[in-house]
Amino acid sequence: MTPAAHRRGALGLLAGGAAAACTPRRRGETVLRFWAMGNEGGTVGQLTPEFERRNPGVRVQVQALPWTAAHEKLLTAYAGSSLPDVSQIGNTWVSELTAIGALSPTPPQAAGLLDDQFPAVLKTNQIGGRAMATPWYVDTRLIFYRTDLLRRAGFEAPPGTWAEWKRAMHAVKRAAGQGNFAILLPLNEFEQLLTFGLQIDEPLLKDEGTRGNFSSPGFVTALAFYRSLFDEGLAPVASATQISNVWTEFARGYFSFYFSGPWSVGDFRTRLPASFQPNWATAGVPGPNGLGASAPGGSSLAVFSSSPHQEAAWALVRYLSEPQVQARFNQIVGDLPARQSAWPIAGVERDPMLAPFRGQLERARTVPKVPEWERIVTEMQIVAERMVRGQFTPETAAAEIDRRADRLLEKRRWMLDQGRAL
Amino acid sequence: MTVADPTLARARPGRGIGARERAAWGFVAPALLAIGLFFCIPVMAALALSLTDFDIYALANLENLRFVGLQNYERLLTNPLFWGAMRNTLWFAVLGVPLSIAASLAAAVILNARVVKWRPIWRVMFFAPYVTTLVATAVVWRYLLHTRYGVINWGLTSLGLPAVDWLGQPSTSIPAILMFVVWKIFGYNMLIFLAVLQTVPDDLYEAARIDGAGPWRQFRHVTLPAIAPTMLLVSIISVASFFQLFAEPYVMTQGGPAQSTVTVLYFMYEEGFKWWNLGSASAVAFILFLCILAITLVQLAVARRLGAYQ
Repeated sequence: MTPAAHRRGALGLLAGGAAAACTPRRRGETVLRFWAMGNEGGTVGQLTPEFERRNPGVRVQVQALPWTAAHEKLLTAYAGSSLPDVSQIGNTWVSELTAIGALSPTPPQAAGLLDDQFPAVLKTNQIGGRAMATPWYVDTRLIFYRTDLLRRAGFEAPPGTWAEWKRAMHAVKRAAGQGNFAILLPLNEFEQLLTFGLQIDEPLLKDEGTRGNFSSPGFVTALAFYRSLFDEGLAPVASATQISNVWTEFARGYFSFYFSGPWSVGDFRTRLPASFQPNWATAGVPGPNGLGASAPGGSSLAVFSSSPHQEAAWALVRYLSEPQVQARFNQIVGDLPARQSAWPIAGVERDPMLAPFRGQLERARTVPKVPEWERIVTEMQIVAERMVRGQFTPETAAAEIDRRADRLLEKRRWMLDQGRAL
Repeated sequence: MTVADPTLARARPGRGIGARERAAWGFVAPALLAIGLFFCIPVMAALALSLTDFDIYALANLENLRFVGLQNYERLLTNPLFWGAMRNTLWFAVLGVPLSIAASLAAAVILNARVVKWRPIWRVMFFAPYVTTLVATAVVWRYLLHTRYGVINWGLTSLGLPAVDWLGQPSTSIPAILMFVVWKIFGYNMLIFLAVLQTVPDDLYEAARIDGAGPWRQFRHVTLPAIAPTMLLVSIISVASFFQLFAEPYVMTQGGPAQSTVTVLYFMYEEGFKWWNLGSASAVAFILFLCILAITLVQLAVARRLGAYQ
């Protein structure tokens, strides 16, 4: 037994002791510790009794974490050798958790879970050709728009290309009247510019993800398009905190296009009056030539390599990935199921507001899978905000983003030179 | 006092002093050991860490650790977010230290006044916030500061003033958190002031009254000089604690809106535990240490000039 195993054993004993103190524990019972975040953390407990019924001798202990602390908590738990057996993780964390060797790759008996996934979401979970986590639910961003204002501006259908979109925005701004805008692009959120960046042909990083590729002609076009929306008065120069209440501003006509994910469908339905409901719809994001990509989001289920209960842990992942269970979870929390076979069971596409998400998910494109990615897009947005405020042109902004990305990726280049990174 | 009775020193030359020194070392050894173990070694380790690029890769495997010299410091000093955090922290300290000292002193003077009845009860009431759990009180304060349902805005609007989006606007977030912090910590310094105020002899006040001094002049010429050394102590402690403000913005605003409540310590936390750049986070800790040290030295120099202590 290695010292680490000793320590883990001791920790296990301690944890076991603590668990035994809380709930009576039967001899020989396996306790699976499962961390889940946000809404899922509060509701997944409704699904676990059925799993426990089917797997006698296994008990699932769900620990709910807030999203704001989840990432830190996972890394700290890794450093302190106290990771749970299974956890929900944001699917952009997969590369980072793989880099530190925390994840247990999908075993052959669970490979079937990956058959009917959305390709871009699955790709996000694959590092070096192996699936390191199993997609649980998916989301992506598309556009929410005001059908009534668009119609008044002379557009019956939502736009399909950037050029068409720009025309529609100018017309809708005129229709909405003085003091209103056409689209909301909060300056402190990177998702909108990232979406435009994913719609171009060139990848965002080059040389095996060790250098920024933001100076590519495509990304400069995306930057120029983003900036023109502010320069032409179509988007307010504001960050999200300055918009106190997105849905009421949307209903007021302050903006007619809004980028968001499936969670906003529920918000718009519950927070806006019934009389307003016919006036909005969702549609795929316009791209440079025809409907374009956006980033695949959502959560995955990860089994940690430190867990002594690999088999039970994977059984739980398999259970939570069953189309029936995913459909039931969709009814409970409204998450879009990761497996496409669960969509018809849950009847997601019967909802006209959710149906466009299917097409958008099929068009989704994976963001670069390097552990530094989140920092890189954060820096990208800081530079983009300065560009909008006039400090950079699209070309100089692109060069500045590249400079910052290259600096953040310096360690990764060194790791690759040493042959230590994937 | 080190100079002992000269006759005694002559009677036992050399050896006696050695034995006494040994005894003295023996007495301070446990404290020195604790300081060495729990202060000097960690500080040295942090200094060493700040010269490396300890990050997520090094966490997985120590072979991925590199010595980078002063690069962490160099990058920090060119990072606008770090300077933003410095500026926010300075605002907190510049506004918070005088406010909290004034609140503590006022509370102590009121409690010390003869006319106040039920003193222990007041003392408990003023001290209670300090010993209450921070997160619980922060939750209550978030309700108090709530834009639409908060009692503070209810008070403002019933006075005919416009409601304030306390925690949602970059311009009001620092004052909002300051209100909470001052309310939370003034009780502790109040106790220190109260203890000193009770040692000021009554005859000084009596003499001042006979000379015709009113309450303000008594406070200015009797109370303040008597508590000056304590004032210095309290101000040093307050500056140090305001420079290390973390939990309040973490619980109330998570550094927002628009990074307006990111303090140096919050920045260090994000660097260290959000991005897991422990090397860079250690460099922040060191810069903060130097800042607090510099300000404390300035405070001591000013106090020496004013004659607060010898």
